[in-house]
Amino acid sequence: MTILLSLQGVSKRFGGLQALLSVTFDLPQGQILGLIGPNGAGKTTLFNAINGIHPPESGRIIFRDKDVTGFKPYQLAKMGMARTHQIVRPLNELSVRENVMVGACFGHENQDLSNASKIAEEVLEFVGLTIRTDQLAGSLNVAQKKRLEMARALAAHPYLLLLDEVLAGLNHSEIDNMIQTVLKIREQGITIIMIEHVMKAMMNVSDRIVVLDYGQQIAEGNPEAITNDPKVIEAYLGDPRLAERLLEEV
Amino acid sequence: MKTWQRYSSIILPILAVAALAIWPTITGKAANRESVFTILKAVALASSLNILLGYTGYVSFGHIVFYGFGGYVGLYLLTEQEWSLWTALLAGGLASGLLAFLLGSAILRLRGAYFALATIGINEAMKAFINNFELFGGPTGITLNFSVYKPYGGAAQALQTSFYIAAGLAFLAILLSHFVRTSKFGLGLLAIRENEDAAEVMGVHAPKAKTWAYVLSAIIPGMIGVLFFFKNGNVEPHDAFPLHASIELLVMVMLGGQGTVLGPILGAFAYQGMRGFLVTSDFFKDIQLSVSGALLLMIVLFIPAGAIGWLRHRVPTLRRVLA
Repeated sequence: MTILLSLQGVSKRFGGLQALLSVTFDLPQGQILGLIGPNGAGKTTLFNAINGIHPPESGRIIFRDKDVTGFKPYQLAKMGMARTHQIVRPLNELSVRENVMVGACFGHENQDLSNASKIAEEVLEFVGLTIRTDQLAGSLNVAQKKRLEMARALAAHPYLLLLDEVLAGLNHSEIDNMIQTVLKIREQGITIIMIEHVMKAMMNVSDRIVVLDYGQQIAEGNPEAITNDPKVIEAYLGDPRLAERLLEEV
Repeated sequence: MKTWQRYSSIILPILAVAALAIWPTITGKAANRESVFTILKAVALASSLNILLGYTGYVSFGHIVFYGFGGYVGLYLLTEQEWSLWTALLAGGLASGLLAFLLGSAILRLRGAYFALATIGINEAMKAFINNFELFGGPTGITLNFSVYKPYGGAAQALQTSFYIAAGLAFLAILLSHFVRTSKFGLGLLAIRENEDAAEVMGVHAPKAKTWAYVLSAIIPGMIGVLFFFKNGNVEPHDAFPLHASIELLVMVMLGGQGTVLGPILGAFAYQGMRGFLVTSDFFKDIQLSVSGALLLMIVLFIPAGAIGWLRHRVPTLRRVLA
């Protein structure tokens, strides 16, 4: 299996806060990697490190057999990396179509305007935004904006897609739709790393899961192994034995 | 259909400038020609500024620096090097473009208010520098010898020629504006305007795109500077780098509608019309600039998208024509 992305000892510090400490994993092509952890564990920071917004202080990031540590976001986009943002960033005064065209035009396929327009139509149909094509992006609701983020990223036809909480703020039926969309993206051969708090969805979709807590990688494995890992339970719920002991003392 | 849509937005701007350019010929009055010259100059300057302000979203309070610098370079070449007006025009434009390239590489990493402040600083620094630069005549500037106009059929004919060149430059400015607006490069600029970080994540090479936008927005002002000061006969530091003229340009772009091709043309026309009325009225002639200031305030408060932006918003069917 070819390794698409490899993180080797990636660390990042913001002043006195160690946001990431020696995160290391390999991501084989075509897989979905889930990234979970309590609030403030460094999940989005890890995305920012991978796609060049906040380059790591130490460690290396290898993407498609090339050391890309310290590369700028636009260079990585050109190499085939795309992402969505936890807090959506629509280009408000541009139409939905134009938003998606930006992804196609400046992503790694470097399409011209007329091809980009065709790709935009395909991708918008794929994420179910066709009827919004000529609306201004600013007029969409949150769920639609999340789909737009996804459409923009997909329009680049990336090798690697970073999805940052695309399910957050969506209702049940919207979550189900979005999960179907994510699975369909994988069928196209796109490798995905996703950050999510909706555990059930995460367990169903991910091939493998990495758990972060206070910037450290505390567990890695398949979904079943992760749910039974005491360290993971402790990170989320506190120490289970401590609770038992406290109960016994009473 | 596609082709028609692509070019439909340039039809109105071209008609507007063409109507302006032939107006003095129809009426045959020299006074008309001079006031239309002022409008054409404003159209060219405002349309150029719009590439940076309207498309890229960077507010420049010192855009007139390119006009002044180009004018100085052009007049120096005309007098000291005895270049023809044509080559001097080109050189003035290129000199301003080069200046923008160098400045842009340095200050375009600043965003928002910091960039705006830096542009004011650059204008004032340039004024101070030229004031002390002996090659460009220091505080007294450069005065053209009357014989410069000879190859162009004497002073009177040179005025007429200058008018046609101004019309040509105004056309050039709106065509440039249109091509930037409808190009892939322009889409990248619009993305930067809306959200620079998101644009970079999608692969827009923002530093490069912004620098080229700055350069494109500086070239025609440089040429207009050469033309204006050629026609004027002399150039001095306070005429070349007036801060208030930069702000008047902002008012024009904002009034007409930033980020549209037609907006700056409409804004330039309306503003120059208003200015013409104010400076000739007894009451307003001394406080003309306060009126512009008040106008800018009103635009920002009530129609931040400008007249064209407001129309586009109100009547969506007009969007194709008023791009």
